[in-house]
Amino acid sequence: MTEEKHILTMLVDNEPGVLSRIVGLFSGRGFNIESLCVAETIDPKVSRITIVTQANAPLVEQIEKQLRKLINVIKLRDLTGSGSVQREMALVCVRAKPENRDEILRIVDIFRCKIVDVGPEYYIIEATGTEDKMKALINLLKPIGIKKIARTGTIALFREPH
Amino acid sequence: MKLIGAQILMEILKEEGVDSIFGFPGGATIDIHDHLERTDIRHYLVRHEQAAVHAADGYARVTGKVGVCLVTSGPGATNAVTGIATAYMDSIPLVIISGQVPTHLIGNDAFQEVDIVGITRPCTKHNYLVTSVAELARILKEAFHIARSGRPGPVLVDIPKDVQQATAHFKPNQKVKLKSYNPTYKPNAKQLRKVVDLIKAAKRPLIFAGGGVILSKSADELTKLARSAQIPVTMSLMGLGAFPGSDPLSLGMIGMHGTYRANMSTGECDLFIGIGVRFDDRVTGKTDCFAAQAEIVHIDIDPTSIHKNVPVSIPVVGDCKSSLEIINQYLAEEDLGNLTANRKPWLEKIRQWKQDYKLAYVQKEAIKPQYVVEKLYELTRGDAIITTEVGQNQMWAAQFYHFDRPGYFVTSGGLGTMGFGLPAAIGAQVAFPDALVVDVAGDGSIQMNIQEMATAVQYKLPVKVVILNNCYLGMVRQWQELFYDKRYACTCMDHAPDFVKLAEAFGASGLRATRPDEVKSVLRRGLETPGPVIMDFRVAKEECVYPMVPAGAPITEMLLV
Repeated sequence: MTEEKHILTMLVDNEPGVLSRIVGLFSGRGFNIESLCVAETIDPKVSRITIVTQANAPLVEQIEKQLRKLINVIKLRDLTGSGSVQREMALVCVRAKPENRDEILRIVDIFRCKIVDVGPEYYIIEATGTEDKMKALINLLKPIGIKKIARTGTIALFREPH
Repeated sequence: MKLIGAQILMEILKEEGVDSIFGFPGGATIDIHDHLERTDIRHYLVRHEQAAVHAADGYARVTGKVGVCLVTSGPGATNAVTGIATAYMDSIPLVIISGQVPTHLIGNDAFQEVDIVGITRPCTKHNYLVTSVAELARILKEAFHIARSGRPGPVLVDIPKDVQQATAHFKPNQKVKLKSYNPTYKPNAKQLRKVVDLIKAAKRPLIFAGGGVILSKSADELTKLARSAQIPVTMSLMGLGAFPGSDPLSLGMIGMHGTYRANMSTGECDLFIGIGVRFDDRVTGKTDCFAAQAEIVHIDIDPTSIHKNVPVSIPVVGDCKSSLEIINQYLAEEDLGNLTANRKPWLEKIRQWKQDYKLAYVQKEAIKPQYVVEKLYELTRGDAIITTEVGQNQMWAAQFYHFDRPGYFVTSGGLGTMGFGLPAAIGAQVAFPDALVVDVAGDGSIQMNIQEMATAVQYKLPVKVVILNNCYLGMVRQWQELFYDKRYACTCMDHAPDFVKLAEAFGASGLRATRPDEVKSVLRRGLETPGPVIMDFRVAKEECVYPMVPAGAPITEMLLV
């Protein structure tokens, strides 16, 4: 059976140990986590967790059911597909030798990124977009020389009905 | 009213109707034990915390109520983990109260500190660390609610010592409000209609009942369905007693050591209705071949059980009892026509299997363990509550003792915990002081919690222990005999204590049988002797449990006697 990427988003009680329950479920049952994102929502008692996982259809069904079974998971949705808006952010520290600076600036412009820190030998670029855009950006910057990178992993929201 | 944490706990225990607690005190539970002594709740002091949990578990399995145990921080809590995992695998409702070091010491590697909430996260239905006395009452109410509702399970509440001593306002009888927890009891009626249609159309239907039928107290509804629609019933180890074992429609247990007729029926049925089961690997064998000719219906309250191990044609998420009631109601409205005539070839085939491939053993000079269980069944007329240890003793008890009612067979099914039987028997005896409670044990597993004989003696709990003593860790030895060329690595236990003397040392009675002709008289005397008794049956050393399906093989491919 083919494995597909799934974006699972859930509202959970904002309590100590809740993230550990979720991550423990994945490790204990051999499920896979590609990325994970957690932060408080408008309601300080509730956090939103977004997990990207790679699994075949029956396994995704099992992952979702197991997550829903956790007492601290209030609501869970699979946001895979076009019904949702998906974004990821990255900070990329790229080597910026004088001969490369124009090219970097061009890439930053094309990808609508921002340069948030400048040093004699480097730029730190802030980029936001879909996972595909991030990948494309990284591929272009790689030959120039990426010193370090920090990515948030995907977050997503369901589009409201019009 | 203003109460301290320990008193709030007592109030909640009273509200929840708790009459017995199994526990072991320590520095972090002194306040709780101190207040417990001043209530009417009986506290049974075990000799090891693992046994406290098993005893509460045994109590819960025979009463259907939530079992409660109380252990201290650190080693007290870690000792309880095996018991908690046992209850979790078998969906037994427990509330485990553990003492914890004071909140200001948590995280400091304090004396007898352990992160028990972290440790038990994957083997509890839910767990809590109480950080403020103001939350204690709410958390305890939630713990009992979660433990007993939906698919039941153990819930641990870790209470730091300062929380036990701190004061808070207590409001009695608070309602539980859990926005994210709402088990599906009511099944989907459309799905059940489909089940009824399948039952009507099926030529070779089979019901597979599990522990969920017992937990949801729906044995009567199941029996009604099986008899009215003439459907034979096989049971998982956990389901034994859900349908009368002596009924002609009963096929006995399914799976690795299931009966020939149960496993063959599974292979040949055209409709397979699983109720309150989770399709464990010991049941299914090779899943590709499992009930391969059948439409599979799966009724269970836990959605994660469905489609987990076996693909299902008709999933039904809901309480077994409601589901069975609705199916029975729909069937009552239907004209079932000449159902008995339709089912006749199928039932006749099963009858023939039963006749040709009985559960069998050959009694020679040495006592056969199966013979002991068979005689135990005859002498008790099936009226005893049977607990078991784990291994061959457990399988022989399951095969040769016939259970007609739910709650009479208490065994560690999922986790397979050796040392379960004796403390579980103690818990069952506490629940029913006048019942005959027998632990069917092996010489290996009885030694894992033998210290609980002291508990039985102290509280005058007349549990009877039947040791099928073959000087081996028999089930592993059996695998070594069949699959490892008889290399009996580390399974020979020929330095066991003298169990008769050991019983006497504990202040109990001990009896021994070494020849087949002594079995009945030793059993009779043992069962009639007041107080706890150990009966040591020196049985044939290299007897195997048959039928046996090798691990990973289809369940229709059995090794027979």
